[in-house]
Amino acid sequence: MKQIEVTLNVNGKDTTLTIPPRMSLVDCLRDMLRLTGTHVGCEHGVCGACSVFFDDEPIRSCLMFAVQAEGHKITTVEGLLNDDGSLSDLQDSFWECHAMQCGYCTPGMLVASEALLAENSNPNEDDIREAISGNLCRCTGYQQIVEAVQMTAKHRREGAAHG
Amino acid sequence: MKAAAFDYVRASSVDEICRLLADAGDEERKIIAGGQTLVPLMAMRMARPDMLIDINDVTDLAGIHDRGDHVVFGAGTRQRAIERSDVVSDRLPLVAKAVRNVGHQQTRNRGTIGGSIVHGDPSAELPMAALALEATMILRTVSGETEMAFDGFFEAAMVTNIEPEQLLTEIRIPVWQDARIGTGFHETSSRQGDFAIVAVAAQLALAEDDTIVRAAISVGGAAPSPVKLHALEAALIGKSAEALDSAIALVDEEIDPDTDVHATADYRRRVTRKLVSRAIDDALAEAAK
Ligand SMILES: Cc1cc2nc3c(=O)[nH]c(=O)nc-3n(C[C@@H](O)[C@H](O)[C@H](O)COP(=O)(O)OP(=O)(O)OC[C@H]3O[C@@H](n4cnc5c(N)ncnc54)[C@H](O)[C@@H]3O)c2cc1C
Ligand code: FES
Ligand code: FES
Repeated sequence: MKQIEVTLNVNGKDTTLTIPPRMSLVDCLRDMLRLTGTHVGCEHGVCGACSVFFDDEPIRSCLMFAVQAEGHKITTVEGLLNDDGSLSDLQDSFWECHAMQCGYCTPGMLVASEALLAENSNPNEDDIREAISGNLCRCTGYQQIVEAVQMTAKHRREGAAHG
Repeated sequence: MKAAAFDYVRASSVDEICRLLADAGDEERKIIAGGQTLVPLMAMRMARPDMLIDINDVTDLAGIHDRGDHVVFGAGTRQRAIERSDVVSDRLPLVAKAVRNVGHQQTRNRGTIGGSIVHGDPSAELPMAALALEATMILRTVSGETEMAFDGFFEAAMVTNIEPEQLLTEIRIPVWQDARIGTGFHETSSRQGDFAIVAVAAQLALAEDDTIVRAAISVGGAAPSPVKLHALEAALIGKSAEALDSAIALVDEEIDPDTDVHATADYRRRVTRKLVSRAIDDALAEAAK
């Protein structure tokens, strides 16, 4: 099968790989770059588990071929950690609020929520439910996820007010 | 679920895309725009193109331009850009309302207006709004451009009137110049952001005395392709809000819903009537403000 050489910028690091055009971005992230934080569920755009940032906007990485990502900036859930490797405030709130059970949806939920918070520092419940509407969770019933996002938003607003 | 193997070309100009399409020979060459429909079809092996022509680097194909009596959308304009556009919210409020119902933030960040039109899902919101407003599109091949109306473009569910060698480059949506305009958009779906079971778009213009002088109404999900409700539109002209109750029955004759896993044909009929009324009520209220 024909292979193409591509250079991908993932979490601030460039890596050059030789891959077939049909390899999806999510498979490339997980299988080639061993960034298994991004999950893969349905492989056809329905569940949202594979969400990553593409040029700072959330997308589904199962609906893009890895060769298409050359020249763009990708951030996965691993890239959301604080610089010292500790959990980010959003990840911490997910922990605090029990916003996960099996954890399958979590990387996608974190990416979708982080994208919302970047645009809206004070989202109401409807805003949050709309932002995570493309992400399926079969465990939590979503309520704790909504609470975790609200908690993070509140902490960030307070931090900004005091900082 | 993995796509079958294909050759990948990242096109850098409209001319290059048209040439690649024209030179296809026996190969199936497909354009990939946002990939939000094509990639799932490839993963399910319902599409197996020999070559993918990626149009995402062709900047000429993206952008929103106010041209006075119409707004031009490059076919590659992302749904997200439409959602965030001031030109769209000021000049085409119906399109602004419609786009918020298209998928989810992750799909709107990639999905394009052109991909949505060429794919032709019967309940897709943007094609419906464009059909209501009598938009036109520009199709290009190596031998030149043709302008085409939306009426007649949608042949059947997910079958549109485009030739394999044609590239959709532009969508031109008319801007009404009337002083008092109102819009309404309603849909019902299983979950927020899912494809609509039924969706309705309506735009009205009112005269000084509150009679309706222009009406544009379309429905998605109530027939194999989006439908413009010509008879209802005509029946509303020169009338006031009270006329709606008797005119609404005309909806039944123009739609042809099917039963599927999401809803029965009968349910779709009832919902269509209701959503048409709501969309018109909203449009009237907004125009009267
Ligand atoms: C979870 C999910 C939910 C969704 N919900 C909705 C919804 O509620 N409403 C809705 O309307 N859509 C919805 N969609 C589909 C929408 O996101 C797609 O954007 C749209 O249908 C196709 O646009 P695209 O740019 O992704 O096209 P692609 O998938 O890249 O292409 C679609 C087809 O159009 C052709 N094509 C694309 N651009 C051109 C062009 N310029 N000229 C000629 N041919 C072209 C391609 O060859 C292909 O055949 C959803 C998708 C997903 C995954
Ligand atoms: S794996 Fe991408 S949306 Fe389900
Ligand atoms: S925690 Fe199990 S799917 Fe969300």
